[in-house]
Amino acid sequence: MTKQDIIKPENLVYGKTKVLTDNIMHYCPGCSHGVIHKLIAEVIEEMGIQEKTIGIAPVGCSVFAYNYLDIDMQEAAHGRAPALATAIKRLMPDKVVFTYQGDGDLAAIGTAETIHACNRGENIVIFFVNNGIYGMTGGQMAPTTLEGMKTATCPYGRNTDMYGFPLRISDLLKEIDGTCYVTRQSVHKTANIVRAKKAIRKAFQNSIDGKGTSIVEFVSHCNTNWKMTPVQSNAWMEEHMFAKYPLGDLKDTPKKRFDEINHL
Amino acid sequence: MEEIKLMKGNEAFAHAAVRSGCDGYFGYPITPQSEVMETLQELKPWEETGMVVLQAESEVSAINMVYAGAACGKKVMTSSSSPGVSLKQEGISYIAAAELPCLILNVMRGGPGLGTIQPSQADYFQSVKGGGHGDYHMIVLAPSTVQEMADFVDLGYELAFKYRNPVLMLSDGVIGQMMEKVVLPPYKPRRTMEEVIAQCPWATTGKVGRPHNIITSLALESEVMEATNNRLQAKYREIEENEVRFEEYMLDDAEYVFVAFGSSARICKQAVEYARAEGIKVGVLRPITLFPFPTKKIQELATRVKGFMSIEMSAGQMVEDVRLAVNGTKPVGFYGRQGGIIPSAEEALEALKTQIIK
Repeated sequence: MTKQDIIKPENLVYGKTKVLTDNIMHYCPGCSHGVIHKLIAEVIEEMGIQEKTIGIAPVGCSVFAYNYLDIDMQEAAHGRAPALATAIKRLMPDKVVFTYQGDGDLAAIGTAETIHACNRGENIVIFFVNNGIYGMTGGQMAPTTLEGMKTATCPYGRNTDMYGFPLRISDLLKEIDGTCYVTRQSVHKTANIVRAKKAIRKAFQNSIDGKGTSIVEFVSHCNTNWKMTPVQSNAWMEEHMFAKYPLGDLKDTPKKRFDEINHL
Repeated sequence: MEEIKLMKGNEAFAHAAVRSGCDGYFGYPITPQSEVMETLQELKPWEETGMVVLQAESEVSAINMVYAGAACGKKVMTSSSSPGVSLKQEGISYIAAAELPCLILNVMRGGPGLGTIQPSQADYFQSVKGGGHGDYHMIVLAPSTVQEMADFVDLGYELAFKYRNPVLMLSDGVIGQMMEKVVLPPYKPRRTMEEVIAQCPWATTGKVGRPHNIITSLALESEVMEATNNRLQAKYREIEENEVRFEEYMLDDAEYVFVAFGSSARICKQAVEYARAEGIKVGVLRPITLFPFPTKKIQELATRVKGFMSIEMSAGQMVEDVRLAVNGTKPVGFYGRQGGIIPSAEEALEALKTQIIK
């Protein structure tokens, strides 16, 4: 048997999903955006929803997500992605609509849009990448920056007396009646990647089933702006980020329908 | 037989929206335009036409919903009043940059700041010169009657889709709140998804049998961004060439011209009546489009009249465009009231006499 005999479509055990384009990603080596993009793309292909999925890119490192995902996409103003997703889903209810947002986008400038899209129970999916720092603008303090963590705008470490506390926004969102699924995942190890992919699939299915808003938070790192190697970043993330942002499901309950509620 | 109704400008706008085949309204309450969303909610168009009506958490969110809906090729709109429209400026800049068709209504009230809930025209600069960041223009329509509050919905959508550009209806608290007779336009069906895709092949309607569509206003390379700007500017020149609209009132024999839009134009028509009773030959030029501005018409009038008088409910904003058009060849005066006070016809005529006729 030669090598050429083996290279046949029926023997293929793994390939790049067609929902990822061939564009070269701009992400830093070690960054988890690439893995998360790939997982979302794979799930879209496996669920057969490429033609009816509309994605929203944020302002932040993943602003160019639309160059890598081969689906129709819109680029939102900073923080406004959940408002965009709301309108698309309301105007075209047969579509599967998701946002892809970072911590600054979702938990600082876009807090109102995030909370109110969730409160309306929009049947959308919110993918939330939390690395505790602003990556694209060069490593400034994020709402999720840990206590004492050094960034370009808190170079002596985040002093909670001055800058407040790391915002556990997913814990806040799980309390809102319109959300149906809030989970915190990571993609730094194979087992985590497998779990994260299941969470992505569940979130899309919830949207199709009209169960409410699903939030998949990915606790991530930013080795460039954390000024560490990727390996060091992963270890630091496990020790410090996971302590503040523990992995696992925070909520898995469909939103109540109006006819199930004892209303006025 | 045509159906004549008596209603407020805000209500007429809402009825016309449903009848125009609008797909979605996204708004936030603010005086003096809250009747728009109230009327829409009462009409329940989602049951009849499938139109979406949604009260957003803020003006910011509402305009971004409009961005997304327009990016799907849908006929979408929002309405607000001055402080709320200020909040929408970020979104409007993005909409203009991404070249998305939509309709925005501003029922102006007095500012700056929280200001007053009484009528004003002090958002002329913001509307016509581009209130958000970057070089862009909206097409700006200025209704002066309740009938035009209804009629400009269809016209607005026609222009918005023709040029892939946001259209602003610049109304004010007088037009929004007053009741007048109106003939509502006939019902148009909402476009089917197939019709939307055919009309807007660029829209994010789902990647079916074509490369993926992307709606964005981002271009990090300067050359690409300059090319985008050049394309936008070429479009604005085309709009200036083709879409100027105005009303002439007793201009044929006029020696003096009131230039006024919206409510102020109505006052000026009354002032013309008083002036002509005294033997002063005055007419009114009422710009219907504020962008594009009737510059050529004013230039033509400047060759045969003795002077112009801009009457506005502001500290003098449109008068700058009148002066640019006249370019020093004839005197241009200004009279305005602010803070929600409406100038009277007597005041307008007195200002013409003291500033221009002398």
